Amino acid sequence: MIVKTKELKFSKGWVYAPAPESKEHIQLKSRYELFIGGKFVTPVNGKYFDTINPSNEEKIAGIAEASIEDVNRAVTSARTAYEKYWKMTPAKERGKYLFRIARMIQERAREFAVIESMDGGKPIRESRDVDIPLVAAHFFYYAGWADKLEYAFSNRKPRPLGVAGQIIPWNFPLLMAAWKIAPALACGNTVVLKPAETTPLTALKLAELIQESGLPDGVVNIITGAGTTGAALVNHPDVDKIAFTGSTDVGKIIQKATAGTNKKVTLELGGKAANIIFDDAPIDQAVEGIVNGIYFNQGHVCCAGSRLFVQENIYNTVLQKLKDRMETLIVGDPLDKNTDIGAINSKPQLEKINYFIEEGKKEGADMYQSSCPVPEKGYWCRPTLFTNVSQSHRIAKEEIFGPVLAIQTFRTVDEVIEKANNTPYGLSAGVWSDKGSKVFDVGKKLRAGVIWANTFNKFDPSSPFGGYKESGFGREGGVYGLEGYCK
Amino acid sequence: MRKSDQDRIEVLKTCKIFIGGKFPRTESGRYYVIKDRNGQPLANMCRSSRKDYRDAVVAARNAFEGWSSVSAMNRGQILYRIAEMMEERKEQFTGEIVAQGENETRRKRDKGKTRQGESRWLSGGIGRKRENQVTKDAVREVEQAIDRVVYYAGWCDKFQQIFSTVNPVASPHFNFSRPEPMGVVAVIASEEPAMLGLVSMIAPVIAGGNTCVVLASETKPLTAVSFSEVIHTSDVPGGVINILTGLKSELYGHFSSHMDVNAVIFCGNDNKIISEIRQNGSVNVKRAIIHKNIRWEDNSNQNPYLIKDTMEIKTTWHPVGV
Repeated sequence: MIVKTKELKFSKGWVYAPAPESKEHIQLKSRYELFIGGKFVTPVNGKYFDTINPSNEEKIAGIAEASIEDVNRAVTSARTAYEKYWKMTPAKERGKYLFRIARMIQERAREFAVIESMDGGKPIRESRDVDIPLVAAHFFYYAGWADKLEYAFSNRKPRPLGVAGQIIPWNFPLLMAAWKIAPALACGNTVVLKPAETTPLTALKLAELIQESGLPDGVVNIITGAGTTGAALVNHPDVDKIAFTGSTDVGKIIQKATAGTNKKVTLELGGKAANIIFDDAPIDQAVEGIVNGIYFNQGHVCCAGSRLFVQENIYNTVLQKLKDRMETLIVGDPLDKNTDIGAINSKPQLEKINYFIEEGKKEGADMYQSSCPVPEKGYWCRPTLFTNVSQSHRIAKEEIFGPVLAIQTFRTVDEVIEKANNTPYGLSAGVWSDKGSKVFDVGKKLRAGVIWANTFNKFDPSSPFGGYKESGFGREGGVYGLEGYCK
Repeated sequence: MRKSDQDRIEVLKTCKIFIGGKFPRTESGRYYVIKDRNGQPLANMCRSSRKDYRDAVVAARNAFEGWSSVSAMNRGQILYRIAEMMEERKEQFTGEIVAQGENETRRKRDKGKTRQGESRWLSGGIGRKRENQVTKDAVREVEQAIDRVVYYAGWCDKFQQIFSTVNPVASPHFNFSRPEPMGVVAVIASEEPAMLGLVSMIAPVIAGGNTCVVLASETKPLTAVSFSEVIHTSDVPGGVINILTGLKSELYGHFSSHMDVNAVIFCGNDNKIISEIRQNGSVNVKRAIIHKNIRWEDNSNQNPYLIKDTMEIKTTWHPVGV
């Protein structure tokens, strides 16, 4: 007897119930001061600005705006701490402070993750599973280097530089703080860090944690503000090192501004990474890699795979699978554990992305967006792709820093290498092929600082990261990450 | 002191060996007595047998696959956890070191030295000053042992970056060499300093992903027994570190001749034992690593080369070309 059963259909009618991460365990103040000399101090001019939650446009806290006088205070504090304690602290003990900080971050990981998602708009799944674990790992990794530096530089005696001024972006707020602070302290420098104005909260929470860790006062100073604060830090005569992560435009200004000084500079700037899919690639894996490459963190990633190159004979298959996959992406509340794509970090950034989308249409490319709903309040952008793109289109040349993918095709290896390298940037690139020898060959010919083969957007504290050409110079992470903080 | 406190009978710890994450007694049922610094009996220790050793090697071999495939960073975290647990037991370790008596090497070094206001120092008796010094030395040894574990915790995900190479071969190949753990390592720990020596020998071996069977100091094994309790509570998988107590003369032959042990590390100065260990090792081309006249108190004796001692180098060739 044949029993007729109803066919199970998973493609329709499934709605995810809300799965919001709890906020009740986090501790936030209504106002944050500047962290200078181990204390939270009010800014000299008494000015504050708001940091808002980009997913509902509500104010989270008031943030002190550091003026030039405040920058001076912070640099003086860092200099004093360097001369008075940090220079004399045995390397081993320096390392033990960093181990402590790493452990304390692990203890409070969830609180940091929730605040990161509230302040910056990134999905909790990413802040919880990527950002914060990497932050702790980064401190842990560099903690171990503190008393082993002589092994990192053969036949040299590494010495600290002094005071490091560090300016970081809003796309990975706490992770970038860790990338900057951990190696600087491990090598024996003291730090003045300026987080981005739209995402200062986790850095200030880190300041509280550092205070509790017992790190000597003034070894780490965290000052908040916008471009003028950053400029004051860059131009301060008593700063020995500038580490900057951000746009290529600002990077060029910093390079110019520091040209006549003895400041050591490392720049981690923009990118327009090529993600190359060959016809012998594992297609389904590659589609996941494309999605991860461009829609991870709303595309606010300097190494995002924003230029997709698909070999012509598999183009239709890849495009269809990609569109199908995009339809399943959930855009919405960053604190919902099911959310794939959170809120765009700020209103100006959303306007910039929308401008480029219009520009792409105007120049004749075909736009496709997934049909998912987006909340009414807040800043949102559906996952977007463009086909019929040519090398000369602005969407294929300029960094959009949003969930917008420009797709082109190619026939031969030589052609795709030519196209992929035809950019002033050179931060990262992806290669997808099951043929190992081809991956190594293409990887060798791509002019970029990080090559991901059959994977994308992978980060590890032991692995150096940084760009060729106008994507900046210097490396962060790994043994090479120490170079920027030693002489 | 209240009377009830006075009358309270102390609960004494049974010292056991540590195999496969468990604390058995020696299968042989034998014991030996260790003495305190005044020559009085201090504790009964397990006098481990060849069978105990062979059981421990089985446990270490079984643990090898898991431990060697734990990510380097994770291994570092586990070593750091060991240090955290040691720090908590600092007083216990210090007490044990003091109870076991000061180190012979130190006594010899200090003998005949005149120090101002330390007349009783020279008398050899345990005066208060001497007492303080012994405690101070013990604290120092414990602290150094903890910091040494932290030191190797840091190396877990870094020594590969020092010892690996990318080799520019002439043919179109991507060619790289990197260290991999040897396997099961037999360790005959230093007699003194018992705790610092033990830790200094175990940490680099497990940092690289090896598992080990360790014979503790024969005369001063108390801290080794407590250290095995630390290991037990530090996220170290069972079998990664196995610690035996017993008579060196009875066991070094087995330690060096076992066919399923990849390397043997010996700390000591006896040339006869050293040459026998080397000879025995040849039965299965065992790597014999000898630490002779080594001063574990010197920080120069903590370095990544001690990790490399129990690593093999693997070279991989991969073609490059379309």
